[in-house]
Amino acid sequence: METVRTQDVGVNDLNWKIEYDPLRCTMCGSCVASCSFKAIHVEMQRVDKTVSVDNQPNPVKRHEARPVIKQVASLTDYCRGCGICEKVCPNNAIRPVRNPDSRQTLLSKDHGPIKRGGRTNINAQRALDSIVVGRISQMTDPSLDAARHTFDIRSPFGRVLSAKELPFKIVDGKLVPAGHTPPVHWIYPLIFSDMSIGALSTRAWEAVALAVGYLNEKCGLPVRMSSGEGGMPVKLLESEYLKYFIIQIASGHFGWNRIIKAMPHMVTDPAGILIKIGQGAKPGDGGLLQSAKVAEHVQAIRGVPKATLASPPNHQGLYSIEESVQKMHLSMNAAFGFRVPVAIKCAASATSVSVYNNLLRDPYKICGGFFIDGIQGGTGAANEVSLDHTGHPVVSKIRDCYLAAVKQGLQGQIPLYGGGGIGMTGNAAADAFKMMCLGANGVFCGKVLIQLLGCIGNEQGRCNSCNTGKCPMGICTQDPRLVKRLDIDRGAQKIVDYVLAFDNELKKLMAPIGNSSLPIGRSDALVSTDKAIADRLGIQYVC
Amino acid sequence: MCRIGSIKSKVPVQPSKALHLMLPQQEGHDNSGFAMVMQDLYGIFSNYKDKPLLSLACTQRGEQLVADYMDAHNFVRLAEWIPIPDKRPGLDIKAMPYYIFRNYDYPEDAAFMSKEEKENLLLDTRLALRKILDEAGEGYVYSFWPDVLTLKEIGDPRDIATYFHLWDDNGCLCAKSIVAQCRQNTNYDIVRYAAHPFFLQGYTLCANGENTFYTKNKEFQKSLHRGYIGFESDSQCFLNTLHYVHHELKWPLIYYKHVITPLPFEEIADREDKDTLIAIRQSLANLEINGPNTIIGVLPTQEMITCCDSKKLRPVVVGRTDDMVAISSEVCGLNEIMPDRDQTKDIYPNEREIVVIDNNLEVQRWKQ
Repeated sequence: METVRTQDVGVNDLNWKIEYDPLRCTMCGSCVASCSFKAIHVEMQRVDKTVSVDNQPNPVKRHEARPVIKQVASLTDYCRGCGICEKVCPNNAIRPVRNPDSRQTLLSKDHGPIKRGGRTNINAQRALDSIVVGRISQMTDPSLDAARHTFDIRSPFGRVLSAKELPFKIVDGKLVPAGHTPPVHWIYPLIFSDMSIGALSTRAWEAVALAVGYLNEKCGLPVRMSSGEGGMPVKLLESEYLKYFIIQIASGHFGWNRIIKAMPHMVTDPAGILIKIGQGAKPGDGGLLQSAKVAEHVQAIRGVPKATLASPPNHQGLYSIEESVQKMHLSMNAAFGFRVPVAIKCAASATSVSVYNNLLRDPYKICGGFFIDGIQGGTGAANEVSLDHTGHPVVSKIRDCYLAAVKQGLQGQIPLYGGGGIGMTGNAAADAFKMMCLGANGVFCGKVLIQLLGCIGNEQGRCNSCNTGKCPMGICTQDPRLVKRLDIDRGAQKIVDYVLAFDNELKKLMAPIGNSSLPIGRSDALVSTDKAIADRLGIQYVC
Repeated sequence: MCRIGSIKSKVPVQPSKALHLMLPQQEGHDNSGFAMVMQDLYGIFSNYKDKPLLSLACTQRGEQLVADYMDAHNFVRLAEWIPIPDKRPGLDIKAMPYYIFRNYDYPEDAAFMSKEEKENLLLDTRLALRKILDEAGEGYVYSFWPDVLTLKEIGDPRDIATYFHLWDDNGCLCAKSIVAQCRQNTNYDIVRYAAHPFFLQGYTLCANGENTFYTKNKEFQKSLHRGYIGFESDSQCFLNTLHYVHHELKWPLIYYKHVITPLPFEEIADREDKDTLIAIRQSLANLEINGPNTIIGVLPTQEMITCCDSKKLRPVVVGRTDDMVAISSEVCGLNEIMPDRDQTKDIYPNEREIVVIDNNLEVQRWKQ
């Protein structure tokens, strides 16, 4: 008998083990066919089987070879726990089970650092869950009625001037604008975050875009979507619907060749420009699209060959915040005739307040929004070490930035948007509401959208394979066979329904505190059951 | 719920009129105090209408601190009225030892000052006195402004009136404009400064209700103007905003309403002046108020105004005769002081109006 080698990988070394019941298996083969990771295969196995086929019990022991499903013991083709096998199995014969004895993280570095998608699997703590809306209007002032009263759920996107800077003149007792002011759009306080065509499948991106169109055109909710750094379809760039999209520019400038070529043909302005400096999931690291996902259409939109596409960690030629304002903001503002707000997105960091202060003091007043992305933000691909060990929670950072502005009387002048983990536990409205009370003008979310489309990835190491091009749900892949699994219309509908519920839930939170406008900075409405969090955020501690 | 009231009259009226306006509404308030601001004064102050009048409640030591400061800053004492209280036993009043109403002449160098510089001098003087008295714990200074008298006290308003002989109608205190309120702060600590009406550089304001955007108002106002201090009551924010919009930004009064209760975005989009309204809404988002409230205010021009929150969650009514206009939380107050008025002409302002009463008692209703 061959001696087993200790270095051989066994299925017990992997994060997920396949639990398979040969007695239930009808050998239809659906599970093997649907596993995009090739983590299971069919094997012939010799089995002893005792059967009785007569009218009277007459057990007969048979030795036979029959096909079974077996897990592959491999560090490349391993089970991600996505559960597609369980989903397709007609007879409940197979499912992945989490393996508490896994050694996978330790063993998987033969070809360099582990790369994956998803969120941090270590720092998934939730400050927001110890915060509740605790200042309820009762006898001091009446609560509003979420169903009966009207609510003004809009947030600014663009550089807001102080009242003294507004170029008004008085004509016949009325204030009349007499000069240029930076463009500001009032949008829905939930922005669909930047997930590129490339990171997402065309179908997934289309489903999100379709939801945006529907929410705007049919539901009257001015939800805006950031394109991500991967360009946009030319037809969309040249359509009326461009007004619902925030075009992103990041250090790789992917997609901008087409965007610039489309500019003379644009019939409307985009909703905004978002300069991406950093991302909460992998701060200080650039964008990454592994070659497995750089399909022909992605090559075409981005104007690149098939190769792993890495956006540099930094914008070329950017040495300081002043340059960021002068070069990037000014050029993007100028490109659209100073009609389109230009905002900036950074990963939350110990230095966020300094950045925000600099932007607030910029004499050109051309930064139209500061997007802070926390450690719990998702990504299509990153080094696992970045995902799990770098970053900064967003909640206290939003609060710090808001209070820094308060200190200078500049709150509201550069709208603050917070993201990274919004909706992580399913209720984005509650998260958004609390973030706004702490000082955010709105929130952005991405992961929750693809989860609505069907992504089953989570913070306990489930799936997280967005980087592989093998997304079993057809969301983060360009493989046409996988992409077909995603129903665009149903996906879009799921997002629309979620946002409509979000809107209702937001009203259900605004009404009890007696607010018909968004409670930006109303920290008095919040209390925390965690003393440390209460102290850190300057809200009431309750027990 | 609090009750507020005000009277604007062609002939000077005495404080008892304001008390009669307020007392029928007592079911709605707890009779825990009385505060009023009188403007356009007659009676004993009629000869000093252009000279700043200091309204002070303090101890003997506090009076000395004030006198020292005013002397050091070359204010010249012109006239003074120190009410001799009726200290009969059993009165429900937590009185301060002294109430001083004192006219000063400006320092000599004020002769060369512009109107604005004088206004700032008066404000800075009041703020300095407040600081001195606060630090020493020796009293309160409510207003320091020409032709304006402020009285605030804790206790039953009827007893407070007895204490100050306000029922006597002795002609001592008369004014063409009185704003009054009969309750102490309930949401926060009882502090004399927290009692409405509030006064700042010619602007008087009292409010009935709750400002649920108090925190964001306060955080913003603190950096807007040195006069925006205290914040003992959420209603002070209404006054600060009125002062900021009308006095600092010098915007026409109607925009006050657009700042505190902006139109919904959908309505703004249909307006001709949408660019103006949206610019105001976004630049002064932190001055928006929310929650139920009604405001009564008086401008430096002595015009009186009233308006409500954007959902009209608090009541207010304006009644008028040929010689008098009164604003009241409840109509029973009007019935008490002007029973013969034509009630069909009473105005119940809606949530989008500012009602302005000019010095000829013409009542204008401005739609936002």
